[in-house]
Amino acid sequence: MAQKRKPKVAVWKFASCDGCQLSLLDCEDELLAIVEAIQIAYFPEATRAVVRGPYDLSLVEGSITTPHDAERIHQVRRSSKFLVTIGACATAGGIQALRNFKNVHEFVAGVYATPSYIETLAKSTAIADHIFVDFQLRGCPINKHQLLEVISAYLNGRKPNIPTYSVCMECKQKGLVCGLVTHGPPCLGPVTQAGCGALCPSYHRGCFGCFGPKETPNPSSLSEWWLKNGMKRDDLVRLYRSFNAYADPFRKESEAHEK
Amino acid sequence: MERLEIHDLSALFSVLKQDGYQIIGPTVRESAIVCERIQSVDELPAGVTDIQRPASYRLAERHDNALFGHRLGPQSWKRYLYPPRLQLFQAARTEKGITISPPTNGGAGDLPKYAFVGVRPCELSAIGIQDMVFARGTYVDPHYSAVRARIIVIAVNCTDPGETCFCASMKTGPQTESGYDLALTEVISAGSHLFVAQSGSDVGKELLARLKAAPASAEEIQRAEDLLDRASEKMGRSVDTYRLPELLHANIDHPQWDELDERCLSCGNCTQVCPTCFCSTVEDVTNLDGTEAGRWRKWDSCFTLEFSYIHGGCVRATTKSRYRQWMTHKLASWVDQFGTFGCVGCGRCITWCPVGIDITEEARAIRAQSTLLSTSSKGEM
Ligand code: SF4
Ligand code: SF4
Ligand code: SF4
Ligand code: SF4
Repeated sequence: MAQKRKPKVAVWKFASCDGCQLSLLDCEDELLAIVEAIQIAYFPEATRAVVRGPYDLSLVEGSITTPHDAERIHQVRRSSKFLVTIGACATAGGIQALRNFKNVHEFVAGVYATPSYIETLAKSTAIADHIFVDFQLRGCPINKHQLLEVISAYLNGRKPNIPTYSVCMECKQKGLVCGLVTHGPPCLGPVTQAGCGALCPSYHRGCFGCFGPKETPNPSSLSEWWLKNGMKRDDLVRLYRSFNAYADPFRKESEAHEK
Repeated sequence: MERLEIHDLSALFSVLKQDGYQIIGPTVRESAIVCERIQSVDELPAGVTDIQRPASYRLAERHDNALFGHRLGPQSWKRYLYPPRLQLFQAARTEKGITISPPTNGGAGDLPKYAFVGVRPCELSAIGIQDMVFARGTYVDPHYSAVRARIIVIAVNCTDPGETCFCASMKTGPQTESGYDLALTEVISAGSHLFVAQSGSDVGKELLARLKAAPASAEEIQRAEDLLDRASEKMGRSVDTYRLPELLHANIDHPQWDELDERCLSCGNCTQVCPTCFCSTVEDVTNLDGTEAGRWRKWDSCFTLEFSYIHGGCVRATTKSRYRQWMTHKLASWVDQFGTFGCVGCGRCITWCPVGIDITEEARAIRAQSTLLSTSSKGEM
């Protein structure tokens, strides 16, 4: 085939644990094929070499939590043709968005010896709250097969096969026995987007909601059913308040049960 | 009719295996009785049953050691005849151009030979319905038809239907009428545990001959019949099918759909567990450098947004419209399409719905508050 210029890819980090970026390095079997197909131009987690932008594809991990990052993300956008956010931090604010439900200055005062050194925003927010995002890849962490699918779709100029339906669809297609129906630990699968391959249900655990709200989610009906079956409101609040606590449908649901 | 004892059932398993069949039958896995590959009669769920209610399934003990004293498991035989994910073809790009080749992994290349043991009457009807969709008419599904043509069906009649069953209403059970190679009725009484066996095909007849099965006595046959006569009464649910398609078509603006809009999660579980739902989507995958591609078929559901996506948007954006699509397809438009209901009364969508939405209750609610056809009478569809 004709030799094409390899697309320049950059991987950016904002407030996050690095787990999603590591999913890329975790693609051991495919790593060679990846570097064959793309030029890793900026990826501090993997290499110190830096190729100057602009970049064809940017993968952005992490949420916006500081005034500095709120500025920096605009620079990233300006130097990127196609920008994909990866992971719950970047797509929903992440676990650190738990601060959004409290007063962050109280935390700062309680944790740091010299609070005045800390410059932070009141809320941890998703990248899409600040800039236009071309595609959002969910998960805490993201699923490496989905990441490969997005890169592969991008390189081949096609739409990625990333379903936005429920985890239940994956669970059933995998032939798992539904734990919610057979023994009843709370499972967020019916309101959570697929993508993990029904990982927790495969190990007899309820879904924790790592991939965030599915398309047209209806958490209030699920909560209603659980309340009728003896669940406590406090537990509902905790259930919806994890990695995707600040994703709108989950946020509203936890707030509805807070008082 | 013949009689089989448990050791005859073991002999039947041996014969099937000798003939190269993979036996798929009920067995306890985790917290449910599922239909999976089994090797021996010992793996059948002896003395285990299940208690099913909306959004609830629990295993329970039986005291008679029955092998088929349970009801339907979480998923139907559909996943064997119509697998959740199947490669349709693969393609490679070389300097010379594009070549298309038959599927390899998960594709039709390596066809299994299944012996389905313990197929319930409603399930057999569901297979019949899927036959109509996939194996007849102008467009025949090659994979389905090929696997379907090779199966052996050992049906088991239901003597102990459960709370979410309503096959009697849908006229698909609790006793099977056709479509099987062998149909068994389990008869247990003090000191005896046997199966009254009826062959439904030459294959079935030959199996019984190879087992040298003895004829069942008049008394044994009578006992089996009594059990089946009483079975319908044990069914926990019913649907009034009197002019049901007409009723639903006339009520597309019924307030009950709004009520469902609030309750339904659009999670799709009901369609995935339904033994007749046949919808799929197609996915094209490529490798990174675009030299290899594959087309896959995957189960889909009318509860997903993408299902009704037509350039620019989804036709069924609201959950209400999706639930209505599901229910009216099962109980109304299926009749226009295929001449039967798309529901066989297996009750799975009730048990496995995370919030216990009950299709029989919904049908009842619509009839109750309908100005049309609110008076029911027993009779034809
Ligand atoms: S275990 Fe959870 S994800 Fe799986 S079908 Fe049940 S509710 Fe859905
Ligand atoms: S609609 Fe429900 S009860 Fe009817 S066949 Fe499908 S799963 Fe079974
Ligand atoms: S009810 Fe929905 S998923 Fe099932 S066959 Fe009809 S359209 Fe397809
Ligand atoms: S009826 Fe139940 S199983 Fe079906 S989509 Fe709605 S909530 Fe899910």
